[in-house]
Amino acid sequence: MLITPLIEEKAELTDGGQAAEPIVLSTRIRLARNLAGEAFPAWADKTQREAILNTCFEKLTPLKAFKNGVFLQISDLTDLEKQVLVERRLVSRELIESADGSGVLVSREQGLAVMINEEDHLRIQGMLSGFNFLMTWDKVDALDNKIEDCLDYAFSPDFGYLTACPTNVGTGLRASAMLHLPGLVMRGHMEKVVRMVNQLGLAVRGSLGEGSEATGSIFQISNQQTLGESEMQILKRLISILHAIIEQENNARGVMLEKQPQIIFDKIGRAFGIMQNCHLLSSQEAINLLSLIRLGVDVGLLPEEKRAQIDRLTMEVQPGHVQCTVNADVDPEQRDEIRSARIREQFASFPELDFNNVEWKPIRQKDTENGTNE
Amino acid sequence: MAKPEQCSQCNKPATIHLTQIVDSKIHKIDLCDDCPYKQTVTDPEGFSLADFLLKDAQSIGIGQNVKCEVCGFTPADFKKTGRFGCPHCYTTFKATLQPMLANMHKDTVHRGKIPEKALARMSLQRRLHQYETDLQEAIASENYEEAARIRDLLTEARQATASE
Repeated sequence: MLITPLIEEKAELTDGGQAAEPIVLSTRIRLARNLAGEAFPAWADKTQREAILNTCFEKLTPLKAFKNGVFLQISDLTDLEKQVLVERRLVSRELIESADGSGVLVSREQGLAVMINEEDHLRIQGMLSGFNFLMTWDKVDALDNKIEDCLDYAFSPDFGYLTACPTNVGTGLRASAMLHLPGLVMRGHMEKVVRMVNQLGLAVRGSLGEGSEATGSIFQISNQQTLGESEMQILKRLISILHAIIEQENNARGVMLEKQPQIIFDKIGRAFGIMQNCHLLSSQEAINLLSLIRLGVDVGLLPEEKRAQIDRLTMEVQPGHVQCTVNADVDPEQRDEIRSARIREQFASFPELDFNNVEWKPIRQKDTENGTNE
Repeated sequence: MAKPEQCSQCNKPATIHLTQIVDSKIHKIDLCDDCPYKQTVTDPEGFSLADFLLKDAQSIGIGQNVKCEVCGFTPADFKKTGRFGCPHCYTTFKATLQPMLANMHKDTVHRGKIPEKALARMSLQRRLHQYETDLQEAIASENYEEAARIRDLLTEARQATASE
């Protein structure tokens, strides 16, 4: 398979240099960029799109960031490969559904990717595990500078970077964090949070982007406005709102552990039992249960180092990934069987839940210090 | 009363049924999804109707005969897709774009990163191109003094490009 190098390599999102943290699973920043004088992808014809793809591949593949990277034309990929790329969050659904002349460059460690001919000519994205906006911005900004050296960007002094959709014009920057909010979900506060976040000009989505569901209490929160503020102002505003949400989640967990710990313990305990003994498990159920186990690590029922293993499993239990492990087209029921076997095997080596070790301390997030510096 | 199923302008299924009272006269119009757009340019009577239905599209200039000179994009295309055709569309539809941006964003002016290097390179390329054209013209009109002057400028600009 063309994507084999990506699957065999450890992914930034699950095995990154950053230790897996509670609440904020990962950080992502993308920049929308277009080439001067060229029709935007949706308005361009096939020949134009292919010419743009060739130019971008030619200019970007020699960049240091893509050394030993993977360069893929979407038209060369099978449906399964496309699905795996979406599940790894390396490409969007829009890209894999787009017409001829689309592609993606992925760096070896999968922390950087550039989609070509999605809604815009270039979508430059950087990802890191944990709450790391400023580090992610540095990576993306540096790559953007390198690309600027070899391609002419469409830019206007008034409107900034010109994008196909005016909702992205200006900085072209969309920053998002993937949050694990089981406390707020269990306490029934999510609706309130979503309303607040929307009022502040941010968007809340499910884990796989637009239109997807929030399986496993995982939500993606991102800025909506891109024009009129600098990149740093946008990031700082987002970071400060995320801090408020993290505090709410901490409070919700604290209240539950204090007032009715048996409810949380029961949920986590049952999830753990299923993980050790299941024989048929759908991906949605698996992700929901893994979400509870992750909460179990956060509250001290399981050792800290198990968090990364759970994140890796959360990625691997998705339908495309399961199919990839057997390298064959299998029907959903067989997938459920393969998935449960993998989970049982992983959980066999887990220590027992330690219900006496629960010591609730609200979680502090790293970007607190970073967020106040330029 | 059952509503007519067909668009009064074409044969597609009608999805918009509008009753309009103008000077105490009742006008009933049944339209499909697409015809209001066509109406704006072809039928003066339909204009107010489209105006009413397409307030948003109005704001980027529907009904005016604007078309992007680079890519041929029209406001109707924007209404349909929500996206522009090419970077030049931002210049073509600039006046009418401003209020829309004000609704969407913090402000209507860019305050972020500027691709300084790419801009410098592009402006140099434009200058080179201009010198080349000027040089050809000077030679054609046998204005050799001017041609020599431009040739020097051109050499200078070429060196600047090469040293990048």
